[in-house]
Amino acid sequence: MTTRLARGGRLLNRGRALEFTFNGKRMTGYQGDTLASALLGAGQRLVGRSFKYHRPRGLVASGAEEPNALVNLGEGGTFEPNQRATTQELYDGLAAESQNHWPSLEFDVGVANNYVSRFLPAGFYYKTFINPRPAWKHLFEPFIRQSAGLGRAPKERDADVYEHFHVHVDCLVIGGGIAGLAAALKAAEAGREVLLIEQTAHWGGRAPVDGAVIDGAEADAWVKNTVETLEGMENVRIRTRCMGVGVYDHGYVLAYERLTDHDPHPDLPRHRLWKIRASEVITATGALERPLSFAGNDVPGVMLASAVRDYVVNWAVSPGDRTVVVTNNDDAYRTAIALKEAGLEVPAVIDARTAPEGPLVERVRALGVRVETGRAVAKVKGRAKVEGVAMTMQAGEGAVLEVIDCDAVAMSGGWSPVVHLWSHCGGKLVWDDAQAFFRPDPEKAPTGADGQPFVRVVGAANGAMTTADVLADAGADAQAAPEAAGPIEPVWIMPQGAGPELRSKMWLDYQNDVKVSDVQLAAREGYESVEHTKRYTTLGMATDQGKLSNINGLAVLSRSLNAEIPQVGTTTFRPPYTPISFGSIAGQARGDMFQPLRRTPMHAWHMANGAHWEPVGHWRRPYCYLQPAETVEEAVQREVKNTREAVGLLDASTLGKIVVKGPDAGRFLDMLYTNMMSTLKPGRCRYGLMCNENGFLMDDGVVARIDEDTFLCHTTTGGAEHVHAHMEEWLQTEWWDWQVYTANVTEHYAQIGVVGPHAREVLDLVGGMDVSKEAMAFMDWQDGELGGLPVRVFRISFSGELSYEIAVKAGYGRALWDMLAEAGREVGMMPYGTEALHILRAEKGFIMIGDETDGTVTPQDLCLDWAISKKKDDYIGKRGQARSHLTDPERWKLVGLETVDGSVLEDGAYAVAEGRNANGQRNVQGRVTSTYRSPTLGRGIAMGLIRRGPERMGEVVEFTRTDGTTTRAKIVQPVFFDPEGEKQNV
Amino acid sequence: MSDPVTALGGMTADSFADIAEQPPRGMVLLRGDLSSAPVQRAAAEVAGVTVPAPNRFEGEMPALCWMAPDELLLLCDYDEAAAKVAALAEALQGVHHLALDVSDARAVFRVTGLDAREALAKLTPADMSPAAVPPGTFRRTRMAQVPAAIRALDDTAFEILCFRSVAQYMADLLISAAIPGSEVGYWQT
Repeated sequence: MTTRLARGGRLLNRGRALEFTFNGKRMTGYQGDTLASALLGAGQRLVGRSFKYHRPRGLVASGAEEPNALVNLGEGGTFEPNQRATTQELYDGLAAESQNHWPSLEFDVGVANNYVSRFLPAGFYYKTFINPRPAWKHLFEPFIRQSAGLGRAPKERDADVYEHFHVHVDCLVIGGGIAGLAAALKAAEAGREVLLIEQTAHWGGRAPVDGAVIDGAEADAWVKNTVETLEGMENVRIRTRCMGVGVYDHGYVLAYERLTDHDPHPDLPRHRLWKIRASEVITATGALERPLSFAGNDVPGVMLASAVRDYVVNWAVSPGDRTVVVTNNDDAYRTAIALKEAGLEVPAVIDARTAPEGPLVERVRALGVRVETGRAVAKVKGRAKVEGVAMTMQAGEGAVLEVIDCDAVAMSGGWSPVVHLWSHCGGKLVWDDAQAFFRPDPEKAPTGADGQPFVRVVGAANGAMTTADVLADAGADAQAAPEAAGPIEPVWIMPQGAGPELRSKMWLDYQNDVKVSDVQLAAREGYESVEHTKRYTTLGMATDQGKLSNINGLAVLSRSLNAEIPQVGTTTFRPPYTPISFGSIAGQARGDMFQPLRRTPMHAWHMANGAHWEPVGHWRRPYCYLQPAETVEEAVQREVKNTREAVGLLDASTLGKIVVKGPDAGRFLDMLYTNMMSTLKPGRCRYGLMCNENGFLMDDGVVARIDEDTFLCHTTTGGAEHVHAHMEEWLQTEWWDWQVYTANVTEHYAQIGVVGPHAREVLDLVGGMDVSKEAMAFMDWQDGELGGLPVRVFRISFSGELSYEIAVKAGYGRALWDMLAEAGREVGMMPYGTEALHILRAEKGFIMIGDETDGTVTPQDLCLDWAISKKKDDYIGKRGQARSHLTDPERWKLVGLETVDGSVLEDGAYAVAEGRNANGQRNVQGRVTSTYRSPTLGRGIAMGLIRRGPERMGEVVEFTRTDGTTTRAKIVQPVFFDPEGEKQNV
Repeated sequence: MSDPVTALGGMTADSFADIAEQPPRGMVLLRGDLSSAPVQRAAAEVAGVTVPAPNRFEGEMPALCWMAPDELLLLCDYDEAAAKVAALAEALQGVHHLALDVSDARAVFRVTGLDAREALAKLTPADMSPAAVPPGTFRRTRMAQVPAAIRALDDTAFEILCFRSVAQYMADLLISAAIPGSEVGYWQT
C-alpha cells in the first residue's frame, strides 16, 4: 500500500488540504500535490488498464513521461481525456476517472485479452484478421475498436477559452532546471533579451531531489537565489507551467502555457500558446530515466527509481514499506538512500553489474542495505500489486535464486537525454557508448537560414550527468564538487538469457502494450528499419510517443538484428513534446471568431428584414428576404416576379471595385481583359472577361472609364482580392516599367442596385439627378447627388431590366438604402437576394463565374466570342486558348436547356450519352451549370455545357437524376427572356 | 446631408485595455514614387507633415503613414479628404501617381492601457515589444485572420486600422484578447 509519510514533502503545503475524487471516490491531498502524488498518498496504486491487454497499471513515472496514469478529467464542457496524472496539479474539487476499463477499474472484463495475448502479437491486425476480407469491416474492426482505446472523446463543445501570444526574443531557454537557470543567467548577463520557460510549476528540476550541492549549499538555495536574480533583471522573463512544444524553422518555437489547469477559472484563458521567434534556442530539457525490461515490469508498484525518490522527497509519499531497487548504474542508489532517510525499508539493491563501486554504492552499503551484484529480477510476483521479486543471475536464463518480499520495485536502466526539441528541426544525435545513450551531436545542430546553428543544448539534455558537469556545460560560474561514479552497464533485457516465457512479459511500451517479444518477432519477420518496426508493433506510437520505450525498444531490435544501436538509429522526434490542447491551437478562432465574417453597411437592415443568409467568400449576403409564413422558394419566386414587374432593391456592395490609373492603364487593361478597354470613352461602361494564362475564364465585370488615365474595374464578389493581386503581380513582375497604379476600393463604397420597370421613378422620387433615357443611356455612368448624398450612378443591368447601380461612400450606404427603400414603397419596391439575382440573370442567359465556369472553361466554351477582341495582338490567355485541346470542336459549349415536361433539372446533372466507359459508368456528353424554376416563364430553365451544343439546337438530351432516372431536355438558345433587350433599353 | 456612420457606430469596451472605435476618419491613399522630389514635396505640403520613413508615421492628425515602398496613407479630418485629394492632384499634375479618398474603406480602433501592447501581441505575429514598436511606428500586419495596421501613438495607446467589413470581427478579437485577468505581464510598463 502506498501512503503519505508523516514528515517531509518539499513541494507540499500541508496547511492546505484539497478534496478530490477518483472514480467518484472522495480523497484528500495537499496543495503542491500532483494528481499522481495525491493518488499515491491516498493509497490508490491502481490507476488504469492497459490499451490492448487491459492489464492493471500503476504509476511508473513522476513527470511528462508517465505512460500509464492517463485519466479523464472534468465533465461536460470541461471534460478532457488522456490527461497525465503526473503533470496535473491538484486543485480543490478535481474530479478524475480512470480509463479503458469495463465495468470497473478493479474488475475489467477486457483483461481476458491478457490471457489470449499469444493470439494478439505484433502486427496481429494484419495477420489474424486479413481473411475473410469483409469480416474486417463488419466484425473485427468494431470489436477491436471497442476493446482497445484510451480515453473517451469529449461530447460537448469546449467551455474554456484559449489564446495565443507572440514574442520575439534573443535567447529562449527551455527548461528550468539548474542547467536552464545557469544558461539563462549567462545569456542575461551578456545583455540579451532572455525568455526562460519551465514546464512544471517549480524551478530547479531534479537537482534538489538528487541532493545536488552547488557553491557549497543545497541546490534549493542556489535555485532560489538564481531565480530571484533573474526576476530582478529587466532583460529576462521567466515562466513556469510553460512547456516547449516544438522547434521549427527560422527559430520559431511553440510553447504551451497552462494558465488555469491548476486553478480552474471559467472566464480566463485556460491555455496560452506562445509563438516565439528566437535568435537562439537553448534546450535544457534534462533526461528521462529508462525502465529495465524484466518480466512483470508493468505490475503496479514497479516504478522508475527517480520517480520513487521524487514521490518520497517532493511529496512525502511512500511507494510501499519495502522497496527493492533494481539497477545497472549508480544513480538508482540515490533512491535507496532517499527511502532509508525517509524511514522506509530497502530489502535489497539488485545490481546487474558484477562489481559496482563508487561513493553512492558505498554509502548504501554503509546504511546496511543488502546489495546483490551480478543479479537480476527474474520476475515480479503479484498481479495487481507487487508482492515480491524473484532474483536471478543477470548472466543466466532466469533460474530463481531467491524470492524477496517487497511492496514496490524501483528500477533504473540508465538515463536518456531529452533530445526531442533538439531533433525537431534537424539536430542529429550520436551514440555515447560509455554512458549508453544518444546525445546531441554538437557538429550537427539545427541550422537557420544563414547555415549557422540556432539551437544549443545544455545540461543533462546534452549528456552531462553530474551536477558539476551540468553547471560547466551550461557555462555557469557556480561550482559543484566532481562526483566519482562507477560506469553504467547497458542492460536491455533482464536476465540477458531470458527465454520466450519471460520475454513475453517484459514491457517496453506500457501505453501501447508492446513487449520485448513483439519487437523480436518483428525483427524475425524481416522488419529491419526502426521506423517500420515502430509502425508494425506500435512501439512508441501512443500519447507518450515512446518517451520510456524508444531507446529500450531499438536496443532490443538492434540485438535481434545483430546490429549496433547507432546503426539502427532512432525514430523521428516530432512536435509536440507532449500532447497539447486543440483549444490552444485554435486560440481565438472559434464561435463567432472562427472566421472573419464580412458585413456590408446594410447588414443590419438585412438582418432586421428577414434575410436568409448565404455565405459568399467571407461575406454574408441575403439569399432572399423571408416574409411571414413564406418558404425560401416562395420568397425567391416572389422577389424575381416583383423585380420583373415592379422594382427590386439589391445590395451589391460586395462586388469588387478596383481603380486602375496611369498613362499605361488602357494598355494594361487591354492585356488583362479579352476585349478592348482602351477604346472605352470616359463616362461609359463596358463588360469584360478576364482569363488566366491558360486561357480559362477567371473573372468578369463591368469596367467604367473615369477619365483619360483612370478606370474603375468591377469584379465578382469572390474575385476582388484575387483580381487585385493578379493585377499587381503582372505589374510588379512582368510590366514593372508600365506606369500604372491600382487600388482596391471595394470597401470604400456601398453599392445599391435599383432594378426593374419602376427603377427610374424610384430615383426620381429620391431626387437630385436626371437619370432619363436621354440624360443617361444604357452603359453610361455619372457622378451626381441623390437625396443630398454624393453618388456615382452606373446604368448597367445584370437582369435585363432597366437598372441603376448606385455607389455611395460606405458611411452613407445605409442612409441611401433607407431613402431608396422609403421612396420605393410607392411603386411596390422589394429587396431581393442573391438567388433572385441568379434567376434574373439566367433568364437572360448571362453567365455567372463559378456556375458556368469552374477553372476549366474558356470564354469560347461559353460562346462569348463577341467579347474577345480580334484586333489585339495579345491578352493574358490568348496563347492558352490557341492550344489544340481548347480549340477542339468536340468541347462542351454553352446552351440553354428546357425540360420537355417543364420540370427543373437537378444542379450539376450530367447529360448521358450512349454506352459505358471502362469503369462501367454511363458515358456523358455534357452537364448542367445553372438550373432554376423561372417564375417569369413558369417552368424550369437551365444552362449547361454540351458537346458541340450550339450545333445541336432543338435536339433532346437525357439528364441524370439522383434517383437513377433521367429527365429529357431540349437544347435551346440560352437567352430565355426578352432576347431583343427591349426591357433594359427604356 | 446626413452624417456618415462608422461600421460599429463608435463601439467601446472596457477590458484590461480600453477599446474604442474611432469616429469617421479622413483617409487618402497616395501611390507614387516616394523617392522622387515632387511626390515627397506634394505629400508633405498637402499633409502638413514630413514624409515618414518606412514603417513609421509622421504627425498624429493630420498624419502621413508609410504603407509600402510606393504608398502612403494620409490621415485627416473626414470632411477634408476630398480637398486633400484635389490638392494632391493639383500638386502632382503631370507626375504619375494615384490619389484617392478611401476614408470609408476602413475602421479605426483605439486600444489604450498599460498592457495594450500585450493584447495586440495575442493577435499579431509582429514583434510588439517596445523596442520593435516604439511610438511613431506604423506596422502593417495581420490580426488573427485579417489584415490590419497598427499605429503606435505612444507606449500605451495604439490605433488599429482594418477593413470596414471586418470591423465587428476586429472588435470581438480585441475584446477577447483583453479579458481582465489575462494580462501576460510580459512588457509591464
